[in-house]
Amino acid sequence: MRKAFVDTLLDLAAADPAVMLVSGDLGFGVFEPYITRCPGQFLNAGLTEQAMTSLAAGLALEGRRVFTYSIGNFPSLRALEQLRNDVAYHQLSVTAVSVGAGFAYGSAGVTHHATEDLTAVRALPNVTVFSPGCPVEASAATRAAYALGGPAYLRLGKGGEPPLHDRLPADIFHIQPLREGQDICVLATGAIAEQALAAADLLALQGVSVSVCSVPTVKPLDAKTLSCLAKGHRHIVTVEEHNLSGGFGSAVLEALSDLNQTIPVTRIGIPDCYADVAGSQQYLRQRYGIDAEAIAARIQSLLS
Amino acid sequence: MDTKDLAWRIRRHAVEMTHRANSSHIGAVLSVADIVAVLYGCVLQVFPDDPQNALRDRFVLSKGHAGVAVYAALAECGFFPPALLDSYCADGSDLSGHVSHKKVPGVELTTGSLGHGLPVAAGMALAGQLNGAPYRVFAVLGDGECQEGAVWEAALLAAQHKLDNLCVLIDCNRLQGLGFCSEVLQVAPLGEKFERFGWAVREIDGHDHEQIAAATAPTPGRPLCIVANTVKGKGISFMENQLAWHYRSPQGEDYDQALRELEAQQP
Repeated sequence: MRKAFVDTLLDLAAADPAVMLVSGDLGFGVFEPYITRCPGQFLNAGLTEQAMTSLAAGLALEGRRVFTYSIGNFPSLRALEQLRNDVAYHQLSVTAVSVGAGFAYGSAGVTHHATEDLTAVRALPNVTVFSPGCPVEASAATRAAYALGGPAYLRLGKGGEPPLHDRLPADIFHIQPLREGQDICVLATGAIAEQALAAADLLALQGVSVSVCSVPTVKPLDAKTLSCLAKGHRHIVTVEEHNLSGGFGSAVLEALSDLNQTIPVTRIGIPDCYADVAGSQQYLRQRYGIDAEAIAARIQSLLS
Repeated sequence: MDTKDLAWRIRRHAVEMTHRANSSHIGAVLSVADIVAVLYGCVLQVFPDDPQNALRDRFVLSKGHAGVAVYAALAECGFFPPALLDSYCADGSDLSGHVSHKKVPGVELTTGSLGHGLPVAAGMALAGQLNGAPYRVFAVLGDGECQEGAVWEAALLAAQHKLDNLCVLIDCNRLQGLGFCSEVLQVAPLGEKFERFGWAVREIDGHDHEQIAAATAPTPGRPLCIVANTVKGKGISFMENQLAWHYRSPQGEDYDQALRELEAQQP
C-alpha cells in the first residue's frame, strides 16, 4: 500500500505543483523517485510531528495540497490537537498519512501499533477517514484525498498486501463488495480485509457462504450501501485491525442506528487491550483473535 | 496611522470589552497592546478593504488569549465596524475569547491552544519562500508559551529552512497562569535560546514604539526573533505585574478607575 500511495502521489505531484509531501523523517527507500522528479515538492520536517502538522496547515493556508507522512500513531495521536485545531477546524487541504495500520509493525512493539487512531481521527469534524484494504484502494484513496481539497486521514498498511480488485474502484467512498454470500455480511476495513476473505474461504469449505465487503472510507460511511446490505442479510460482522472501542465497528453501529436498522451486529477487533508481547503481524492477529481462523470460528459460532 | 493613538484605543477597547463580557486576560492584552499597535499601525502591509490580498503580510497571534488586542486593532484599521467589538464573547458572536478567524476579516488563524501559531506561521513563511512571494509573516508569542515543545520544533524548522520572511515577537511579560515564569518553569533567557537555535535576535522594550518598529527590519538568511520585554497589565496602575488580572475583568470601581487612568493617558 505504501508504494501504491507514493506512486500515485508522484503522479499527482508531477501534474500539480501545489502538491507537497512532508515527511517526519520516514520513507527510506520509498521516496527517492518522488524526490528525484519533484524535489521542490518534498520536505523532510525531521522528528517534529506536532510542528510538522501545523506547518502543513500553514502551507495549505497558502494554497498547497499537503500530505504529511509518518508511521503508526505519530501523525495521528501524537499530533492530534494540531490536526484538530490547525487542519480540521480550518478545513485545510492536509492529508495525514499513517503507514503501519494495526499490527503492521508488530514486532516493533506497542509504541508502533496503530490501534486507536481510527477512533481518535474519526471524532474530528471535517476529516475524511480513508482506511484502504489493498494497494488498489490505497491508490484510489490517495487520489480522492487530493481531490477533496480538505482535511483527510489516510491509514495504510506497511506493504505486501495482495490486491482486492483488478482495477480502481469506481468510487472509493463506497463500500466495495468482494464476495457475495448469504445471511451474513462481513464488513472489513484496512488490510485485515484479506483475512476476512480467507475466513470466507474457510467457511466455504464447511458449506457456509458469507458476503464480504471492504470499507475503504470509514468517514463518511456509505450509508446507502450499508442500508442495502443490512436489508439483504440477517447478520453483520465487522472486522478491524484496531481497538474495538470507538473504532470501525462502532462507526457501523452508529450508522445502522441512524438508519433505524435493527440487524444484529458482531464486532471483531482488538478487545480493548494493548499487545504486550513481541510478534509478527500475523502472530499478533492470531493472538488477539482477528486472523482468518478466529474470524471464521466467530462466524461459525453465530450460526450454531 | 499614529501607533500611540492606536495602542491607546486598543487599551480602551480592552477595558470595555472585558468589562462587558466579564472575560479574562486583560493583563495579557495590555502587555501586547503596543506590539500589536506598532505592527498594524506602521509595519504590516495590510488591505482592510481586501483582507485576503495575496500581497498582504500575514499576522498570527499565537497567544490567542490576547485576541482582544487583534480584534480592536482590526476594527480601528477598518477591517470591520468597531461596533462589532460590542459582541465580544456574547452568545452567537463571531468574536470568541481566543482569537478566531471564522467570519472575522483580517484574522488568519484561530488560536488559543498555545504552541500552534509559530509552526503554522512557519508553514506560511515556507510557502512564501517556495513561491518567491514578497509577503512577510509575523507571529506574536507569549514567554510562558515558549514552554510548549512545538514552539521549539518550529524554531528548528524555521532556522533550518532560513525563513527570513518570518518574524516572531515574544511578549515577555514574565507572568503565566500561576505565577512568574521564573518560579513556574524558567524559559529565560529566550534571546540566547533562539540565537542558539540559529535565529537573528533583537531584544527591546516592548512598550517603546520606535524600538518595536526598528526591530522588525528584515534579517537576510535567518528568521528573526524579537524579545520584547513588557509589563503585564501595562497602562493601568493596579493591574501592572498583578497575576490576578490574567483572570479578573474590570468591574465597579476598578472599571471606573481604569477608564480614568486611560483618559489621562490619551495621546
